Amino acid sequence: WSVHVLSWYPGFLPQLREVLVKVVPFLSRPTLPALALPSGQYLFSSNAICRYLFEVNGQECSELCDQWLEWEATVLQSLKAWFDRVAAMNACQSAAQKVLQGKGLQGMKSYMQRQPAPQSSQCRETQPCNSNSAEVPEEGGERVVSEEEMEAAALTWSKGLNTCPPATKKQHPILPQEDKRNVLVTSALPYVNNVPHLGNIIGCVLSADVFSRYGRLRGWNMLFVCGTDEYGTATENKAREEGLTPQQICDKYHAVHSSIYKWFQIDFDYFGRTTTEKQTEIAQDIFWRLHERDFLIEDTVEQLRCENCQRFLADRFVEGICPHCSYPEARGDQCDKCGRLINAVDLREPQCKVCRQTPVIRSSKHLFLDLPKLESQLEQWLEKSTSTGDWTANAKQITRSWLRDGLKPRCITRDLKWGTPVPHADFKEKVFYVWFDAPIGYLSITANYTSEWEKWWKNPHQVELYNFMAKDNVPFHSVVFPCSLLGAQDNYTLVNHLIATEYLNYEDTKFSKSRGVGVFGDMAKDTGIPSDVWRFYLLYVRPEGQDSAFSWADMALKNNSELLNNLGNFINRAGMFVTKFFEGCVPVMELQEEDKKLLALVSWELQQYIQLMDKIKIRDALKHILNISRHGNQYIQVNEPWKKIKGGDSERQRAGTVTGVSVNIACLLSVMLFPYMPAVSQTIRDQLNAPPSCINTMLEGNGTFVCSLSAGHRIGAVSPLFQKLEADQIEALKKKFGGQQRSVCGDGEPSGPGESQAGEKVRALKAQKAEKAVITAEVAKLLDLKKQLALAEGKNPEPAPQKGKKK
Amino acid sequence: MALRELSSLEKYLGQKKANKYSTQGDKKVPVLQNNNGPPLVGLVTIACHLAKEAKRPELLGDTAESRAVVQQWLEYRVTKLDSCTKEDIKTVLKDLNLYLQDKVYLAGNQFTLADVFVYYGIHPVIVDLAIQDREQYVNVTRWFDHIQRYPGVRHHLPPVAVLRNRIYTSRHH
Repeated sequence: WSVHVLSWYPGFLPQLREVLVKVVPFLSRPTLPALALPSGQYLFSSNAICRYLFEVNGQECSELCDQWLEWEATVLQSLKAWFDRVAAMNACQSAAQKVLQGKGLQGMKSYMQRQPAPQSSQCRETQPCNSNSAEVPEEGGERVVSEEEMEAAALTWSKGLNTCPPATKKQHPILPQEDKRNVLVTSALPYVNNVPHLGNIIGCVLSADVFSRYGRLRGWNMLFVCGTDEYGTATENKAREEGLTPQQICDKYHAVHSSIYKWFQIDFDYFGRTTTEKQTEIAQDIFWRLHERDFLIEDTVEQLRCENCQRFLADRFVEGICPHCSYPEARGDQCDKCGRLINAVDLREPQCKVCRQTPVIRSSKHLFLDLPKLESQLEQWLEKSTSTGDWTANAKQITRSWLRDGLKPRCITRDLKWGTPVPHADFKEKVFYVWFDAPIGYLSITANYTSEWEKWWKNPHQVELYNFMAKDNVPFHSVVFPCSLLGAQDNYTLVNHLIATEYLNYEDTKFSKSRGVGVFGDMAKDTGIPSDVWRFYLLYVRPEGQDSAFSWADMALKNNSELLNNLGNFINRAGMFVTKFFEGCVPVMELQEEDKKLLALVSWELQQYIQLMDKIKIRDALKHILNISRHGNQYIQVNEPWKKIKGGDSERQRAGTVTGVSVNIACLLSVMLFPYMPAVSQTIRDQLNAPPSCINTMLEGNGTFVCSLSAGHRIGAVSPLFQKLEADQIEALKKKFGGQQRSVCGDGEPSGPGESQAGEKVRALKAQKAEKAVITAEVAKLLDLKKQLALAEGKNPEPAPQKGKKK
Repeated sequence: MALRELSSLEKYLGQKKANKYSTQGDKKVPVLQNNNGPPLVGLVTIACHLAKEAKRPELLGDTAESRAVVQQWLEYRVTKLDSCTKEDIKTVLKDLNLYLQDKVYLAGNQFTLADVFVYYGIHPVIVDLAIQDREQYVNVTRWFDHIQRYPGVRHHLPPVAVLRNRIYTSRHH
């Protein structure tokens, strides 16, 4: 074939030559573009050509780039055939013309509005969402509603509200009751030392909160407990750093956690801590019972102990020479250079990372929980629990793989001071290891809530236990802790439903406090974005089934499209019509076919919501709320009450019915929203002046959509519920939390150009593990520059003290 | 299949600890959860990552040219080779045979990941090939035999006998 080939000869400019031969000599079929390389090789892959050109120009191809190129070659290219086929079809061409010429996307609006909201695919995969006879359409097309459904919906509607109002205030202590479903909800105890980030919050407390609030609306007897996990090495170290006692650190950070969760409106029945007498009492009791029943094994473990610091060193606090490759900065669990896993005791010339002294090897006796001995009991219980309860798929899978790898005895003691003391005479100076001790915190926290805690925790026949956590905590909740309780043989309540989430990433990376990347709990309120909007978005992207990511742009989009334009718009319009056209009183409603159809559609969505929430499919259930308001918006759009109100009697009647039904749907929405956005829910009910009993009527049974605001009911003052998030606001927030403005010292102060270059240099040197002397010199330069900057800015040039209280 | 290939590659690289992979989609594209960042998706992407982690960059090519050539053949493996029909097979073998006429390895004179993965990918094709065809595509056969005997490469795949001349009687096989 005749073709133009770009030839590359070193020293010459690329030349375009017309070539009359087969371009790439060994390929049977024509493949273009092609690049003839100086060595005589040919590149016939355009991706490979691009890589070569990039590299020759000094640009590296990252792994993410590799991934995209692989995707492009395998996935995207294989779509090309499909694309070409579809593009050739007449229907496609005419549709494309309509959009590309003329009105653009507006041309599609009327078609889009006639479509129902898409079903979530997860709903299809689990049990059949649809319990009644109506068909669920596969793709597009409106859901067909049967006559029976319409009549049933209208009948329920006419039933009206429950006569007895719900109790407004909770009666503490909440205890199991005979005639009710008693549900105990725990969220994984956050470690006190760390400020929780959005991923921690959605994984644990927020998910548990939504379910607890929902359960109360369903009329279940709920108890929701949580608290800070306070013992362990990290707290001891932090205390040393800040010059406080561990107890003082815990007090300080417990308050931080508490206030963050309060801001997020987490409605714990009790938020406690693990550093209490009850913890010691209960943990030691379980310990003795395990000991008496021969489920503990004694063994000696060799550990490195720093005599100078007077403590046994955790692996990451030892540095030495790798016994395999002689790398001088190998850490006590893995060598950074050769990557081999090692034991700290095998390091040559080990040093304590804190004081640089040489530690000595000391034998230490420890106690191990005999998991293998408890394995068959555990498996028996697991079989029952996972098959009858609502465990998330990942929880079951992780548990299965732990069991498959075979259980080994686990050490439950440590040579530390800050922890629950081991009561056994031979282990006097030791404390319980955090993963034995922490889950017992659930029990002791409850014990601090009520002296009758055993009615929840030693009552498996009357109580259902839900544990909420992120997936990395699963094995401790499904294997280690249940084994402790099974071995103690005291009729403990074991977890019935283990709910584990995947990870929430931040934009396209991970949350990192040290690098200043991501939003942490204490910063959320400073953004000016309301707590309910944060809750909504985090729940919208709740990582069920797979990791998800927090994205500022996406949060703005969801706020503006779903909250503002969909939900807020509908509820506000409904209320406004009552105010403007009906003098603030709900008008008379005469239901016609179309209205009954809407009631049926709404009832179906409500049913799905309940079925999903019962199974903790929080993210999917939310979609049904948004579907209802979409139906509502459409209903108003089609019926145009603002026009009909100016017409004759029958038209005005129509306007009245439509308005009345709409405002009742708004009331339903406020109830469904309560678990997700409690403040907004309350605001809506206040604006509608809704009777309190609506809150416990609508979620009864399979869903009971009644007429809660009847004709003549006077509503309150209506105002917009949500505000738009503007693009520049979002951009500013994204920059602020992206981690780029932190200087190398990590103190959050902005750096000048000379300073940031110097900072980069120091960072680079440290990364290259340059000699200490070189680093010190560069650090001195940097500190000097900082001083100059501070002086130039008129600030105090003295550097802040590294240790001591942060005030 | 992709997971077994990655496992074999790990063994070739002398990796002590086997990675845990998951898969995605109905084509079961392999996914490696990375501790330090987002997960890596794709057979070729992960394989190159493993080679770099094992500090064997030469397996990806040691010049800009050879690096591009290696990537090209890796791409060829996951596009053309993995989805080829009976008809395409003939073309693939013909092209490769011509290409390998003057080369020891796919990248020229150096053993690279391209050889490993094209070998893994083409193995089922060679297994099904009649003896006469193996003789017809003599350069492919020569290259294939060389790679399958290359120390540490052939883990999960059975060896394919490509030699025609039986020096020993069948009892010795």
